[in-house]
Amino acid sequence: MNSLIPLLVAAPLAGAALLLLGGRALDRFGHWLGTFAAALSFVFGLVLFFSMLGRSAAQRPVQEHLFSWVPVNGFQADVSFQLDQLSVTFVLLITGVGTLIHLYSVGYMAHDERRRRFFGYLNLFLAAMLLLVLADNYLLLYVGWEGVGLASYLLIGFWQHKPSAATAAKKAFLVNRVGDVGLSIAIMLMFTDFGNVTFNGVFGAADQASKSQLTAIGLMLLLAACGKSAQVPLQSWLGDAMEGPTPVSALIHAATMVTAGVYLITRSGAIFNLAPQAQTAVVCVGAVTLLFGAIVGCAKDDIKKALAGSTMSQIGYMILAAGLGPIGYVFAIMHLVTHGFFKAGLFLGAGSVMHGMDDEVNMRHYGGLRKLMPITFVTFGLGYLAIIGFPGLSGFFSKDKIIEAAFAKGGTEGWILGAVTLIGAAVTAFYMTRVMILTFFGEKRWQPDAEGHQPHPHESPATMTTPMIVLAFGSVFAGGLLAFNSSFLKWLEPITGHSEGNSPLSSTVVTLLTMACMLAGVGLAYAVYGRSPVPVTPPVGSVLTRAARRDLLQDDFNHAVLVRPGSALAAALVYFDSKGLDGFVNGLAATIGGISSRLRRVQNGYVRSYALSMFGGTLVLVATTLLMRSV
Amino acid sequence: MNPVNYLYLAALLFTIGASGVLIRRNAIVLFMCVELMLNASNLALVTFSRLHGNLDGQIIAFFTMVVAAAEVVVGLAIIVSIFRTRHSASVDDSNLMKL
Amino acid sequence: MSYLLTATCAVPAAGAVLTAALPAGSTEARRRTTKLTALTVSAVTLALAALAAARFKPGGARYQLTESYSWIRSFGISFSLGVDGIGAVLVLLTAVLVPIVMLASWHDADPAPAPDGTSDSATFEGRRRTQGFFALILAVEAMVIVSFLATDVFLFYVFFEAMLIPMYFLIGGFGDRAGGPEAARQRSYAAVKFLLYNLLGGLVMLAAVIGLYVIAQQQGQATFDLQSLTSAIADGKLVIDPTAERALFLGFFFAFAVKAPLWPLHTWLPNAMGESTAGTAVLITAVVDKVGTFAMLRFCLGLFPDASKFFAPAILVLSVIGIIYGALLAVGQKDIKRLIAYASISHFGFIIMGIFAMTSQGQSGATLYMVNHGISTAAWLLVAGFLISRRGSRLIADYGGVQKVAPVLAGTFLIGGLATLSLPGLAPFVSEFLVLVGTFSRYPVIGVIATFGIVLAALYALVLYQRTMTGPVRDGVRGMADLKVRELAVVTPLVALTIFLGVYPKPLTDLVNPAVNDTLSQVHRTDPAPAHPVAGPAGGEQK
Repeated sequence: MNSLIPLLVAAPLAGAALLLLGGRALDRFGHWLGTFAAALSFVFGLVLFFSMLGRSAAQRPVQEHLFSWVPVNGFQADVSFQLDQLSVTFVLLITGVGTLIHLYSVGYMAHDERRRRFFGYLNLFLAAMLLLVLADNYLLLYVGWEGVGLASYLLIGFWQHKPSAATAAKKAFLVNRVGDVGLSIAIMLMFTDFGNVTFNGVFGAADQASKSQLTAIGLMLLLAACGKSAQVPLQSWLGDAMEGPTPVSALIHAATMVTAGVYLITRSGAIFNLAPQAQTAVVCVGAVTLLFGAIVGCAKDDIKKALAGSTMSQIGYMILAAGLGPIGYVFAIMHLVTHGFFKAGLFLGAGSVMHGMDDEVNMRHYGGLRKLMPITFVTFGLGYLAIIGFPGLSGFFSKDKIIEAAFAKGGTEGWILGAVTLIGAAVTAFYMTRVMILTFFGEKRWQPDAEGHQPHPHESPATMTTPMIVLAFGSVFAGGLLAFNSSFLKWLEPITGHSEGNSPLSSTVVTLLTMACMLAGVGLAYAVYGRSPVPVTPPVGSVLTRAARRDLLQDDFNHAVLVRPGSALAAALVYFDSKGLDGFVNGLAATIGGISSRLRRVQNGYVRSYALSMFGGTLVLVATTLLMRSV
Repeated sequence: MNPVNYLYLAALLFTIGASGVLIRRNAIVLFMCVELMLNASNLALVTFSRLHGNLDGQIIAFFTMVVAAAEVVVGLAIIVSIFRTRHSASVDDSNLMKL
Repeated sequence: MSYLLTATCAVPAAGAVLTAALPAGSTEARRRTTKLTALTVSAVTLALAALAAARFKPGGARYQLTESYSWIRSFGISFSLGVDGIGAVLVLLTAVLVPIVMLASWHDADPAPAPDGTSDSATFEGRRRTQGFFALILAVEAMVIVSFLATDVFLFYVFFEAMLIPMYFLIGGFGDRAGGPEAARQRSYAAVKFLLYNLLGGLVMLAAVIGLYVIAQQQGQATFDLQSLTSAIADGKLVIDPTAERALFLGFFFAFAVKAPLWPLHTWLPNAMGESTAGTAVLITAVVDKVGTFAMLRFCLGLFPDASKFFAPAILVLSVIGIIYGALLAVGQKDIKRLIAYASISHFGFIIMGIFAMTSQGQSGATLYMVNHGISTAAWLLVAGFLISRRGSRLIADYGGVQKVAPVLAGTFLIGGLATLSLPGLAPFVSEFLVLVGTFSRYPVIGVIATFGIVLAALYALVLYQRTMTGPVRDGVRGMADLKVRELAVVTPLVALTIFLGVYPKPLTDLVNPAVNDTLSQVHRTDPAPAHPVAGPAGGEQK
């Protein structure tokens, strides 16, 4: 049975290799091949999941050693997998949602001549993401970590002929690289502290290490998580990443890859539990991002960028929960799973709208689409209800738990975090209601395209709506299923550990507060956007709105602090290299050349003058000899 | 006769040859002056040989003559071919190698 | 005594003579014969090198398959060859790259019409161009292989210097001739600069070689034999006074640092790589420069252990400056080949850092790095060469949108770039990470600074890709042909090796590890122990 684990990764990897190397011959059925590879992996995942269910909790984690990867004296890293409750949860999410999005892409990318390559990249992403969650050591995890970064780079920049897409892809990779520096340093620290980079080895020895060492490792892991999960201060790439095709935004930049940071922190719980300062940093990052993303989400008119802000904010919730330690790990993962369903559904819905509206992304040019795109409207609506935490739907169970856990942190900290998460819930309700109203309700604000064609919105084909319907089911029922009888808690507890904490408020009070916040948000959004016609051109807005439209000036900050001094430094060094270092050497050469051209004058080319100098030399020699004798 | 007189003669011949090399431009004349210097040293060698009573100097003098003869063959051939191409035997005109 | 190693060097040397002597040809058929002869010779060399590597037993003596023939007896100089794990992988690298470079440069030395319209096949030089080019490549191969195999200090010195001669002609004599007189001037400037820098280094080394001999002779060890010298130093039979040892170390190190090249002695490399053909640039950065780093590992550390330890911190600082400096300059370049050259300078910083961190991870990583950098940079540079030959310009600004018209070319160029930025899963990642972890465990601050080099590497590699390959198709790019069969045959083995060695580097590490252990024991260094070692074997029970 365990030998199935490598096949989980191998199936999409083989698919990717076939599709990318196969050439034109595969153009006709390549997309189905890619979908099949993803589905195959999902089936393997299911088989492994059920076989795991059949074992007792202690027997569930299994290891599968494949081969020795980097064997050097003192440093060992193997290609070796570990499948436990945490990783199998991810495997099912990745392959499940992944398969659905493959299916969706069959319709969405139908008219793209490079569709085969798109599926190759998607398969590559699946393989890398599975490697990330299945690795049993940090170095192999790093391979998956950068592998998903590569797939993300390729997919964001899939429409490479658009300069904006190419720039966004490069930006995503570079910002992620900064995070990767964190992961690199964390692994190096682990090696110097423990001489080992496997999960078991590091976690087993963690309690012997000093607090400062663990804090350092924790902070570096946090840096890595910030890069991959688009958390402040490395969040600037996610909005631009929406340049990629929408299925990519759904799979990579909503459901799976961006949640890798949450996985990393939860997986490294053994380190964070012993490093409270690192945990505090994690919580702060989560809290700041959850507000940051929500504010940005409120101001964006581009439907995908609004959803991207929302993703950032929801992952902020997860990171915050993961930073709470054993109180929050399970709920972080639970929110991650439900978010995977409803946010993927929302993105696919957005993609469906764009598909019908000739790739228009500006919500101010939508309106009144609910009648024309009924399936999209219903599935998107269910996703919307789930994300704002409508009672009974997925988001309600998972988000509510995180808010409770935030209060349960205790003390002033608990109150602050609780308040932040509540405000976040209200803002979430506001911006999601705004998206909903602008897109599906109100009057039509459709604009003709550059050639004067009016858009003709229509419902999308079945390959696209089927995944949306499945995901809508997930958005509705997943949360309840996981929360029922605390089944998910019991499932994950042996891996992540769990403690209840001591909340100053009872869970009923928290739930009521959350409801109140949500209703306030919805009401406010309705008051602003639902009762009066929405202007097609955005109003000037307040200072905050304008800043939020510019991603709260993140890019301006990066540009002023990093990009401009950086390119100035590079230019200065180019000058220094040619004029300084090379100038020194060339100057030396010129000096020697000058001296020798003076000396050359002596060589006048006349035999007689050479003979004369020979005579002179001889005379001097003879004279010297005679003189030396006489002395 | 005092053998030192031969040495004076050799010194005189050598000086004449050397000044000729330094002063004249015609390649043929230069060449003859070089020969003069060689023969001056030959005379000195033979004289010393006689003075010291061994044959080393005379042997070296023979060597010098052979080398001089070989040198004349090569040298005159070069001078003649230069004269043919450049219509001049002046050494100052041949400065192709000068930078 | 087997003759395998001698054969490995003699075959390309004889091949060089044979190729040069083939009938001069202005006809296509004659040139073809020349090229095929040279390619066959390099293939035979590859087979011999592979055989030598297969015969080498990793657990056995440090130097195996040894051969020794007396050469200049009065000075104790002999023609001694021997292979250790480090030498074996580098000989293999050389033997693999040379046929690929030949195939990539297939038409680089064909007579082409000069800018004024006359065909240069009329001149003697023009008619022998092809023979000359391929013979020179084989000559470089032979000399490099001798350098990797020499176990005699003087023998090494002779070939270390002698390879400058064919390299000088390769750089100065063969570039793209479309550029006209200005390009020719630049090329001869680059060739002279290359020669002068390396000659200067070599002269300083010669002084140190003689100094070493004199000191050894005074103590009754009149030999140039590396193994005798190192064992005499280890046993205390040969005691070099610390000041003298440091001076000798600097003499050797200076030559290697020029060749490697280490900041600030690097400025010849961008000129040499920029002006020469892509194939020659690969020979420079992937093969010839590796002799410098290899010699640091073998000669500097083996002969002068105490001085190496004394200077290690200073060298580490220089190398980390080189890493960041090279990467920043690569970001600022406008010329594709110069960009790759500066990227190489950054990579050489990593290699030298790994060597002088003096940990087994660092040195194993540095050795792997030499191989991986050779393969991945060759892929990147050769594809860049194909690109440049299509457009006739080295300027990044002249390109744009290439992936639309030539997707395979763009794809392989991206893989080369990703390998250069050390993407995990590709070969350079393994070595770069080992170097970093090895450095970090002894010098954490330097390790952390060097780690930021990976961000800059991503910047220059991806910016180059973005500016040349993506965006709307530019005028000069429209109609550009994709890779041809010959070009695919060049790129495919390199890409395959890059991926294979990234996933499964064990064959190389098995060869390298024992030699690294031996080197470390020569300098009396052991790895820093982890603060809290994990008890028991790795991968125990779930916590």
